[in-house]
Amino acid sequence: MTRNTSAQSRHTNSTVTWLFRNHIWLFLGLAIAIFSLASPYFLTVNNISNVLTQGAFIGILAVGMTLVMIDGEIDLSVGAILALSTALAIGLQEQIGVWPAVLAGLASGAALGFLNGVITAFSGMHSFIVTLGALIGIRGIVFIYTGEDALMVQDFSYTEYAEIYLGPVSITALTFFLLALFFQWVLTSTRHGRETFAIGDNIEAAHDAGINIKRHKIINFTICGTMAAVAGILLSMRLGTAEPNAGKIWELWTIIAVVLGGTRLTGGFGSMWKTIGGVMTLAVLRNGLRLLNTPNYVELMVMGAVLILALLLDRVLSSQTEAR
Amino acid sequence: MTSTNLISGLKKSGLLVAFAVFLGAVALSTDSFLSIGNILNVLRQVSITGMIAIGTTFVVITGRLDLSVGSMLTLLTVLLVDQHNQVGPLLAIVLTLAAAVGLGAFNGLLVGYLKLNALIVTLAMLSFLQGLTLLYSGGSNVNIPNAQTTWFRFFGRSDLLGIPVPVLLFLSVGAIAAFVLTRTVFGRQVYAVGGNETASNFSGVSSARTVFWAYILSALATGFAAIILGSRVMGAQNTIGQGYELTVLAGIILGGTSMLGGSGSIWRTVLGIAMLGFIQNGLLLMGFPYYVQWLVTWVVIIIAVWIDLAGKRGRVLA
Repeated sequence: MTRNTSAQSRHTNSTVTWLFRNHIWLFLGLAIAIFSLASPYFLTVNNISNVLTQGAFIGILAVGMTLVMIDGEIDLSVGAILALSTALAIGLQEQIGVWPAVLAGLASGAALGFLNGVITAFSGMHSFIVTLGALIGIRGIVFIYTGEDALMVQDFSYTEYAEIYLGPVSITALTFFLLALFFQWVLTSTRHGRETFAIGDNIEAAHDAGINIKRHKIINFTICGTMAAVAGILLSMRLGTAEPNAGKIWELWTIIAVVLGGTRLTGGFGSMWKTIGGVMTLAVLRNGLRLLNTPNYVELMVMGAVLILALLLDRVLSSQTEAR
Repeated sequence: MTSTNLISGLKKSGLLVAFAVFLGAVALSTDSFLSIGNILNVLRQVSITGMIAIGTTFVVITGRLDLSVGSMLTLLTVLLVDQHNQVGPLLAIVLTLAAAVGLGAFNGLLVGYLKLNALIVTLAMLSFLQGLTLLYSGGSNVNIPNAQTTWFRFFGRSDLLGIPVPVLLFLSVGAIAAFVLTRTVFGRQVYAVGGNETASNFSGVSSARTVFWAYILSALATGFAAIILGSRVMGAQNTIGQGYELTVLAGIILGGTSMLGGSGSIWRTVLGIAMLGFIQNGLLLMGFPYYVQWLVTWVVIIIAVWIDLAGKRGRVLA
């Protein structure tokens, strides 16, 4: 909160303040500028289209994660849920047909998200523990179901759905943006959204105000699980196979993307815009580093370093705003 | 109320009773489960995760997390095995432990002194250390060529008085850690910081310094684990420690150490890790597919922690 009394200085500082508060766009702009200069292939329609698609999988997971995080919780099981929905969507096709299999994949994600939410809300355990358990257990289910082998799609027309493009924007990227926009609307313009912020900001005050905390937490975990399943279905269409290890440690990339965007782990603060920024920054970094032919380890180290820098920057900026 | 008594009774002994029932069931359905040989075998299997968990318990009691131990284990094992071939076992061990302390100090600096979020910092380190491992190894696996003759084999491959050395190391480091945690000023400070950080700062306990040292202990324990692992495998792949952070946390949580900090103990962690090991071993002996144990781990964690919480508040539902 700025405590400026002078409207004049607030006005001149508004752009700077906005950039400080949304520093992710500064990061993203900087990353795009650097890679555009460094590689002639970066700023081409083809490559941008690729970046959007590659980022969209983590992005869809991040949409659900953002809701859960604004609630002050966390979901570590999204990578495992993604793998299970991928496996079901491909594995069940032969028995029950393509679309029922896809529906079953989606339903598994919603059900597991619901389960996470119910356990978190009713047991009083921290969601970190609940979803850490789920991450281990659901991955186990995936390995048991797939028999530790990759499942292959039988009818390859299934993979054509992933090739639907709206101009340069793939259906995967489009799904991500539409979901992000929709849930941004939910966050800002519905009772569920406002109460989600209220719970994350101050759970006791929210409780005293008569907000049904359990219900909102369960809804958000269910959405998060469903989002993971949506990403899983899109992945199954894109690859045509279901690897038991699909989505392994993607929950970490997702958390990194959301936090990088500026949504706070402590809850009560965040937006889908920030998450889009975080997701795209990660995607641009990964794509750019690969275009420059940097070895894999550079990517891993840059990701780690960027995350810590983002935290430091956030610390510096928030202490500055408080001091004002 | 009877239900409250039942719950608090369950809280005190329920987990152990359930565990004993499980052990009994497995023992009845298989011949070898409760044999000395199998028990030592399980303890040897859990000695690496157990060793790490002993150190990470300090971090968890301060109310923080350490997700970087898996990547750290990889890096330290690769470093140790590679240096073993270059400068010999003794110097390699010294170097590895020094590197461990350095990495722990870095974590501790960021989380303790700079007060950055522990989850994110150690997550970033998970990624960063994976990269550092690949940078160091150039992506290739390292092996110890003189595996049969080097005295380095002592830590992972030999027995002392019929007990595997990894088990002895695990239990003795556990005993030392338990002593430090319960009988020293530092140990009390660890509980104080986890219990109420503000209060501990006001009473002159520097939470920054305590957290800093907790991370060093976590890393140092990971260094010890790397010694056992390197010696056991006599080599190191670039993914050798992947996922260890999850098992370590699962064991600590199962033991009943609270993630909120301020409570927990080394023996609880040792118990939690051992339970995971026996569950895994028992399910395998009973002929279940390997990955069923992951499913069971999920169920056991939820039930164990829920019972613990229910006992504390005297009600099942929050």
